[in-house]
Amino acid sequence: MPLLEIRNLSVDFATASGRFRAVDGVDVTVEPGDLMAIVGESGSGKSVSMLALMGLLPWTATVTADKMEFDGQDLRSLSARAKRQIIGRDISMIFQEPMSSLNPCFTVGFQIKESLKLHTSLDRRQRQDRAVELLELVGIPDPAKRLNAFPHQLSGGMSQRAMIAIALACQPKLLIADEPTTALDVTIQAQILELLTGLQQTAGMAMILITHDMGVVAETVRRVSVQYAGQKVEEQPVEDLFDDPHHPYTAALLAALPERATGKHLPTIKGVVPGQFDRPQGCLFSPRCAFADERCRTIVPPRQPQALGQALCHYPLIDGVPQKSQEVTA
Amino acid sequence: MADASSQIARTVATAPPGPFREFWSSFKENRGAVIGLVIFASFLLIAIAAPLLAPYTPNAQFRDHLLQPPVWEAGGSWQFPLGTDPLGRDMLSRLLYGARFSFLIGLVVVGIASFFGVVIGVLAGFAPRWGDTLIMRVMDIVLSFPSLLLALVLVAILGPSLINAMIAISIVLQPHFVRLTRAAVLSERGRDYVTAARVAGAGPIRIMFRTVLPNCLGPIIVQAALSFSTAVLDAAALGFLGMGAQPPTPEWGTMLAEAREFILRAWWVVTFPGLCILVTVLAINLMGDGLRDALDPKLKRS
Amino acid sequence: MSTANPSGTSPETGPTTGPILTASHLTRHYEIGGGAFKKPAVVRALNGASFTLTPGRTLAVVGESGCGKSTLARVVTMIEPPTEGELSIGGKLIGPEGASRDRDLRSMVQIVFQDPYGSLNPRQTIGATLMEPLKLNRPEVKAEEREARAREMLELVGLRPEHFERYPHMFSGGQRQRVAVARALMLDPKILVLDEPVSALDLSIQSQILNLLVDLQDRLGLAYLFISHDLSVVRHLADDVMVMYLGRPVEQGPKEDVFAHPRHPYTRSLLSATPVADPRRKRNRIKLEGELPSPLAAPPGCPFNPRCWKATAECREAFPPYEGGVHSYACYHPLDADETMEALADAP
Repeated sequence: MPLLEIRNLSVDFATASGRFRAVDGVDVTVEPGDLMAIVGESGSGKSVSMLALMGLLPWTATVTADKMEFDGQDLRSLSARAKRQIIGRDISMIFQEPMSSLNPCFTVGFQIKESLKLHTSLDRRQRQDRAVELLELVGIPDPAKRLNAFPHQLSGGMSQRAMIAIALACQPKLLIADEPTTALDVTIQAQILELLTGLQQTAGMAMILITHDMGVVAETVRRVSVQYAGQKVEEQPVEDLFDDPHHPYTAALLAALPERATGKHLPTIKGVVPGQFDRPQGCLFSPRCAFADERCRTIVPPRQPQALGQALCHYPLIDGVPQKSQEVTA
Repeated sequence: MADASSQIARTVATAPPGPFREFWSSFKENRGAVIGLVIFASFLLIAIAAPLLAPYTPNAQFRDHLLQPPVWEAGGSWQFPLGTDPLGRDMLSRLLYGARFSFLIGLVVVGIASFFGVVIGVLAGFAPRWGDTLIMRVMDIVLSFPSLLLALVLVAILGPSLINAMIAISIVLQPHFVRLTRAAVLSERGRDYVTAARVAGAGPIRIMFRTVLPNCLGPIIVQAALSFSTAVLDAAALGFLGMGAQPPTPEWGTMLAEAREFILRAWWVVTFPGLCILVTVLAINLMGDGLRDALDPKLKRS
Repeated sequence: MSTANPSGTSPETGPTTGPILTASHLTRHYEIGGGAFKKPAVVRALNGASFTLTPGRTLAVVGESGCGKSTLARVVTMIEPPTEGELSIGGKLIGPEGASRDRDLRSMVQIVFQDPYGSLNPRQTIGATLMEPLKLNRPEVKAEEREARAREMLELVGLRPEHFERYPHMFSGGQRQRVAVARALMLDPKILVLDEPVSALDLSIQSQILNLLVDLQDRLGLAYLFISHDLSVVRHLADDVMVMYLGRPVEQGPKEDVFAHPRHPYTRSLLSATPVADPRRKRNRIKLEGELPSPLAAPPGCPFNPRCWKATAECREAFPPYEGGVHSYACYHPLDADETMEALADAP
């Protein structure tokens, strides 16, 4: 049984200028101990879908889903109280800006112990010991002393480690890391990613990494789900995705990586991600797609089978060639 | 690059709403603000059209009708719908003309206070440390006096009159504009577009008033709206204390002062001017809150 | 468009590829904190950078936060004068005392910033933004001509004529960055300082802007000072690379040499830490211990010594001298041939 199963998740925001669909029919399945990434550019809804799962969206958002199950419990029907029990204990999240995700008014130790107090039955002493243990686990030197440090006394890398310690405090079954290294320097990023994958393996928890960085994806995770304009356009194991992307968007994105460039000019994806006012009719990627035809522009594309990376496309690519005939559903 | 430009055409085919429409759609979500705006607008119309609306001139005295009650009370008549004051002047006419004074006071005070406040604030924001400190400490000193008391002292020095009252209130209100403008300037000053203007060769005056100031206007407009009500209120208070507009000027605060001995005998002579002040100030504050919600950059999406 | 610049052409900027800008020992210190009774702390944000820029070529400056690359951009753009050292632009010398940016110098160097959302004045139309530099520096140019030039420039960077009257908030990040590039080009500069011009952009937009920059350099013969933390972008665009750490250049040279045969341990670890978009690649990653020191409390000697696996006593005492010729580095224990081969297998 999967640890997390979300079917057909949609999120709408009520804005001053009408409704805006940020997430459009996304499916996410996470097995226990899984290590996956959700990749997308800004506006792809990759963070919003996870925030919706955590119930962290503002009131202007409307969340709908056919199924939203965590560990056998239907998250949609749970009371707010019961949901809080799960979120924070069994599902944890870390964010992009470590400096602003820690409360500047309280020491790191206090914030870790607060989380332990809420979700476990440890007593005062045990909480103190566990907090020291956690800081040690995330590689903060001199943990007993650092417990009394305030967030502004820590560097970016150290704050992110402290955030990870807080997230791991209650041994979650699922950790969602939302761009955990984007704000950090490259050498610190390498440290944090290593820490996260190491912890993920030793603790046996599942992890969803949200990122826009293809390099980080390639080096970190086992499975990748690609999102574009709020839709999941492709999902594959990481090696297969980088070898043979089936959706034209994934293919174009990979081709645009400077490190894959062959000449002075990079292949580009023309245009920009559609916004609230210029959502295309058929396939959302059709205005920017090199292979799009009339059908793509008018008819919403079908979901291709597992073998074709569940690509949301009329003409999925195989080895970079679009399969224009109808009998590709092999 | 040719392909890039062709797609851009498609992307901007449906343009997002303009800045004003976006402002209006968030402003109108606040119902209180809209009500405030409507009341404010109707007061403004009344102030402009007072001579057309008022049945009499404000100072015309009707000796036969001293302290006549409003029309719905025993003894009232349609000749004086809101009754008359102790000198037999028509309350309605005086109140209508009073709106003119209140608006005049609001406009002049906010105009003077915001002009000097904004200029000083921008200078403080760009001044070297010592200059900034000097300006801000002076403003702190002004702010440390209770505002009405300071205004009273100033009027006492300048001599009681409506003009002097307006000057005094402007001086009292102006530090708020200085602080606000300085804070906004400081946060804008470090942005890249300011550096870009410097690289392009813009001088300090141009950077201050052409580049930075237009981007600080949001909070200043809100402050101006809220100061408008403070000005009306303070002017009424000064008038009530005999330090503002002098009788027989039909200014609301002065009307209150003139009539306060009759408060037990003729409730209308104090109630109506008081109500006018209350409703105007309330309407402006509601509107100002709405403006703040709509203009506050912190709540705004990009 | 015409690239001829009647006022700013000096003998050095002819068709021969002599350097257009020479910087020697550029240093910039800041005093922070300090009040009436406290001595201010000195931050050595930039400490002795020497390099040249050549028309048609790109020098990339690479480093992590606090390495002084943004300070370098500000000094080269003459927003701030250097504390020590000299900058010679097109034959004109700018020393510590001289922030006297005359019009000609200003026209020579322009800058594109990282954040396309912060670098355009929200209250100015795109047209006004583009025309401002001309209006301020060439008041003799007539209004119609100014507008014509701005429209021409809009087209050159791949925007459409109708964008002229629009305000920045109607544009996406990539389009805004095009406007920023267009504004920088309005004065026909010879040198463009690009301060992380693509790091705030999405991958699909990043490649559009990079291509634009390549095209413009080919067409206009611009010299680029390209500041970035992203090694894969640098590798694609740069001709020469300068690696900086805590205000000091630690290694510089032609791109191929630096990437293939890094001599400084920091360069090696930076290359190693950069993620590679190839899941099948197994890498022997160098793990750097510890954090970047604060520029306020830079360690004595080589700034990299607390994190370096080769550091010895002498590294803690004095900053090493620069060695090597075209490919120079500052290290007492440069990587040897074997180690650079390892690095090659590991590089992005």
